[in-house]
Amino acid sequence: MGALHRDLPPRQGRTFVQIAAIVVVALLRSTLPVLTGDIPVDKRRSTYEQMSADTKAMQDEDTANPGMLWVLDGDVAWRTRTGAAGRSCADCHGEASSTMKGVAARYPAFDANRGAPVNIEERINICRTEHQRAPVLAFESKELLALSVYVARQSRGMPIESSDDRLTPFISAGRYIFERRQGQLNLACVHCHSDNWGQKLAGIPIPQGHPTGYPLYRLEWQTLGSLQRRLRNCLIGMRAEIYPYGAPEYVALETFLMWRARGMPMESPAVRP
Amino acid sequence: MAGKRIDQPRRKRRQVATRRDALRSAGAIAAGVAFPTLWLRRAAATPADMRAAIAKVVGDAKLNVGRVKLEIPPLVENGNTVPCTVSVDSPMTPEAYVKAIHVFNEKNPQPNVISARLSPRAGRASIATRIRLTDTQTVVAIAEMSDGSFWSDSISVIITLGACLENLI
Amino acid sequence: MASALINVPAKAKRGEIIAIKTLISHHMETGFRHTETGVPIPRDIVTRFVATYNGEEIFSAQFYPAIAANPFITFSTVATESGTFEFQWSGDNGFAATEQAKIIVE
Repeated sequence: MGALHRDLPPRQGRTFVQIAAIVVVALLRSTLPVLTGDIPVDKRRSTYEQMSADTKAMQDEDTANPGMLWVLDGDVAWRTRTGAAGRSCADCHGEASSTMKGVAARYPAFDANRGAPVNIEERINICRTEHQRAPVLAFESKELLALSVYVARQSRGMPIESSDDRLTPFISAGRYIFERRQGQLNLACVHCHSDNWGQKLAGIPIPQGHPTGYPLYRLEWQTLGSLQRRLRNCLIGMRAEIYPYGAPEYVALETFLMWRARGMPMESPAVRP
Repeated sequence: MAGKRIDQPRRKRRQVATRRDALRSAGAIAAGVAFPTLWLRRAAATPADMRAAIAKVVGDAKLNVGRVKLEIPPLVENGNTVPCTVSVDSPMTPEAYVKAIHVFNEKNPQPNVISARLSPRAGRASIATRIRLTDTQTVVAIAEMSDGSFWSDSISVIITLGACLENLI
Repeated sequence: MASALINVPAKAKRGEIIAIKTLISHHMETGFRHTETGVPIPRDIVTRFVATYNGEEIFSAQFYPAIAANPFITFSTVATESGTFEFQWSGDNGFAATEQAKIIVE
């Protein structure tokens, strides 16, 4: 399956995307406009609604949802002491069901130390290295997925929140990626997911592509996977060049997609075909 | 990219292809001789394999059609996880009950899917699971009754494939 | 040990037919796949599932590679007495897992 995970050092300095973001923002108005290409807020639909009844049933029932297997593992990992500091997540954060409520719904969140947003997986690794003094967990590893889905599960049903002004340049950078043509097909994400959602592509209805249920159990993968993994799949499908795991382009895209889905309820862990 | 030199006369280009082909088939034969099992393994089963697998279970008995209801959605979003339910019309008493339920397919590499053993303690002869189907094909469910009779149902399933796959292969 | 999700009603009436759902974490490697370089990936599946009710077998199944990853199976049984269900999975490479669930039958 190739090298799926790579451990990257924390991002430093300005990336091309960040510079592009600043330029784009300077050209746009200072607030975040809903541009004419966007799906109207009231017409937004979760991919859940386009699934078959059987797949919906798989997601709805906790004991039939394979994603819950990782939530069980995450519950154990939350309480396991690890690292040179010998601390567990629970030692600082207590019971996730109360302290983590709503957290995943507002990630990626701005990290003041880094001057940029971080997603849930990166946040967990920051906690591990800085507070537990434990090594980073590889992207898409069982352990990182277990912890991130455990945290995301605590936000189930809560509306996605994207109201931090500091995220504005990164949302614009993500929008730039979402709307630019790329790859051998010279296709932009917006062409399918905003302009032609609901129509069929290879027999499957095109979803609007909201990240309401991540990390999710994808039937195609037969395992749980993160939003970054899905975005990589999209880029491969478009025959575009994929960024490595942890690239700031993914975080910018995630930040934009969460803004695009603001107000929609979280479904993690979802099930998708 | 070798071999695409336009200035070369056609004759020569054809010769190069032929030589390459000869080498390729020689290599394949050599591989086959060294690893004979690779030649025997088929990529996919055939309806004949499914019939053979069913014959192993049913033997000489007559395979009746009916009493069994095999439920698979007619159009499946992803062949990796296909919901499959088999229910059998049976009182499930110690005198008349379903001994076993077998499911077969015709195009996966292997014809068997699941074999379940039941008893009168089941109360209801019904099982549900999630299976893998490699391609659009027929699936057959067979119920083995306590009186030695066999009943079956079959269904045709269309498998679609997602648009943006992870692997390029 | 592998994670498993079990759905058994906590309470049932005597003689009631109850549905039991089980889901176990397992990748169910079919043995028919190859790596990108053509090396076959060996089979690694759960092959057998047995359910007992107060020690007596009520259901068993043989799984083949055609069972989807994270095998899920629903079956039914008659609630006869209070007690314990035990579910056992076994498979290739010495895979073994056990889960239990209690029921109160009134």
